[in-house]
Amino acid sequence: MELTVNGETRQLAPPLSVAQLVAELGMADRRIALELNGEILPRSEFGQTLLAGGDTLEIVQAIGGG
Amino acid sequence: MTQAADDPLLIAGRSYQSRLIIGSGKYRDFEQNRAALEVSGAEILTVAIRRVNLGQQSGEPSLLDVISPERYTILPNTAGCYNAGDAVRTCKMARELLDGHKLVKLEVLGDRKTLFPNVTETLKAARALVADGFDVMVYTSDDPLVAKELEEIGCVSVMPLGAPIGSGLGIRNPYNIRMILENATTPIIVDAGVGTASDASIAMELGCAGVLMNTAIAEARDPVLMAAAMNKAVAAGREAFLAGRMPRRLYASASSPETGTFFPPL
Repeated sequence: MELTVNGETRQLAPPLSVAQLVAELGMADRRIALELNGEILPRSEFGQTLLAGGDTLEIVQAIGGG
Repeated sequence: MTQAADDPLLIAGRSYQSRLIIGSGKYRDFEQNRAALEVSGAEILTVAIRRVNLGQQSGEPSLLDVISPERYTILPNTAGCYNAGDAVRTCKMARELLDGHKLVKLEVLGDRKTLFPNVTETLKAARALVADGFDVMVYTSDDPLVAKELEEIGCVSVMPLGAPIGSGLGIRNPYNIRMILENATTPIIVDAGVGTASDASIAMELGCAGVLMNTAIAEARDPVLMAAAMNKAVAAGREAFLAGRMPRRLYASASSPETGTFFPPL
């Protein structure tokens, strides 16, 4: 299935939970926030949320800024 | 009172000893940022919210590993947002990122050249965020009517600019800041425009509750030394405000007695 993560398209094999995707991206232990199709997905729901083809994700972190 | 020892800054129910808020942008590295933060005395640090770099190594430290959200109040901003919708979305991401933390710095910009606020979109975003339970500190123009409206919406702090973001031009319109202060019911914090220590003191002497700055420290030749200077400048300006300055006079007023001289008076 095709997912769009931070504007980049990626091919990934289902079934895949958000938690698995985040781990695959090496972000499992990072302080991040995530939107799935434009809505905030609480971290507590990463494990039980399965991704589907066409899903769009935004993953953000805090960086330096004024 | 010999010094303003018990004079905290109150924002959204929390009390802070320092009236200086600093940014975390433009530093050479996290270590320089951390060192500047330490000597600045600031207890509130602004951060930006951006996409993670997917190529990034998972072991690479991030800002919040170096600067602890347990020790400092992290103030996520909406820098880079040019409409209310993007700003609201950014604040929601920030709240999730910081485990439900409600304090945000709202800034909705108008154009890239001036980075002046888009006031119409700022008002719209402020209404939406306050309704959603956020504690909103809001960057705005130095227009007293807009500042009042943002207070009425329920923002916890109104933050007029002293001059354009990153310009270092100082407090260009102290009279507008004074008008904002006269009607204020929330802490008024000058956000943007400070270039050097005296600019921060001027803001505080006007009666502002605090000063927020980033570039003045980060782009100084020695950012850590400038952070130390800003710490003192904000404290000095506050104490001068509380002390109440002498009136300005056009002509001199001798400080030594003019009588009792042992030579003939003029």
